[in-house]
Amino acid sequence: MSTALTAQTKWWGGGKSPVNVEYGKLMMWYFLISDSFTFGAFLITYGAVRFSANAWPDPNEVFNTFPFAPEGINAPLVFVSIMTFILILSSVTMVLAVQAGHHNDKKGVVRNLILTIIGGFAFLGCQAWEWTHLFHEGAWWGSNPFLNSDGTAGTVNFTNFFFTITGFHGFHVFTGVIINIIMLIMTLNNVFEKRGHYLMIEKAGLYWHFVDLVWVFVFTCFYLI
Amino acid sequence: MEYTTQSHGDYAAIKKEIWKVTIILSVLTIIELLLGLWIFLKPDMNHTLKLILKGTIIILMLAKSFYIVAYFMHLKHEIKNMIMTIILPLTLFIWFIIAFLYEGHSYNNLKNNYDRQYNEGTIKVNKAEYKHDAAKPATQEAAPEPAH
Repeated sequence: MSTALTAQTKWWGGGKSPVNVEYGKLMMWYFLISDSFTFGAFLITYGAVRFSANAWPDPNEVFNTFPFAPEGINAPLVFVSIMTFILILSSVTMVLAVQAGHHNDKKGVVRNLILTIIGGFAFLGCQAWEWTHLFHEGAWWGSNPFLNSDGTAGTVNFTNFFFTITGFHGFHVFTGVIINIIMLIMTLNNVFEKRGHYLMIEKAGLYWHFVDLVWVFVFTCFYLI
Repeated sequence: MEYTTQSHGDYAAIKKEIWKVTIILSVLTIIELLLGLWIFLKPDMNHTLKLILKGTIIILMLAKSFYIVAYFMHLKHEIKNMIMTIILPLTLFIWFIIAFLYEGHSYNNLKNNYDRQYNEGTIKVNKAEYKHDAAKPATQEAAPEPAH
């Protein structure tokens, strides 16, 4: 921990980490690389199937309402933009928690972790509402009530990919919330205080930011283009 | 193994950077949404313009992911070895995306050229009627039958 960073540092000379991060953090990054290939494979398959079809449902016709909306309203993008901002803001509170951890500021860690957990639950609630709404419209795995944008009958590929990919992402959000709750309990029990550093919060933070990052891609691929 | 903790700098300066990135992410998201709204409000839009707008949305998406990874995930402040360890494997995505989208497009062309049933099988459906009928089984039964 004591070596100074200089331009002449021989990173590959042995005796020190050549990537200059602690073991757990490096492994979290490697896990995230493999996870990004899983999500990438899902989204690229979705793209390949969409490219192999003559027509595809218009997202603006499918996702066009929000909770407590008056009957028959046509308001695409409203609900999903709220979900996007919830996730961005929870990512901000997470990074604030990590920074508070760097400065051994226990109060700051606790406050920001609680805000992050609330954001995670809010996002999951939004997704639960959207899935329920789509299910009542007749959409589910193996059932697609939506027509293609050119008026031809759609295939179940659309709903299958939507539910699989948003479901897999929602599962990641859920796991992230659980991890954050564990971090909160450990912080409140002074585990990190005794350990002398809050590096564990940083690893949980990496995972949470990754979930936000994936949503950026899912949101664009399903709702915007 | 030994590693050096980065100098974390001034707490206030870091907080300032976080809020700056937050504002950038919000602005990029709002621009994306406005472009999406533009596509929605002009359904009979010129095909090329539509592609340009969608391409812009994808570029904005990549910009957002850069800000999240570089600042929120702190990768920009790691040493070069670490950055390369993460970024180089991800360049595989360049091949991945091009190869599979090309494949999908090619498959569609083959079907349209050689499979008469596929080409003529796309029937226009009356929108209002179709939606009404399709919604019925889902609300009455717990597990709706596959529609197609």
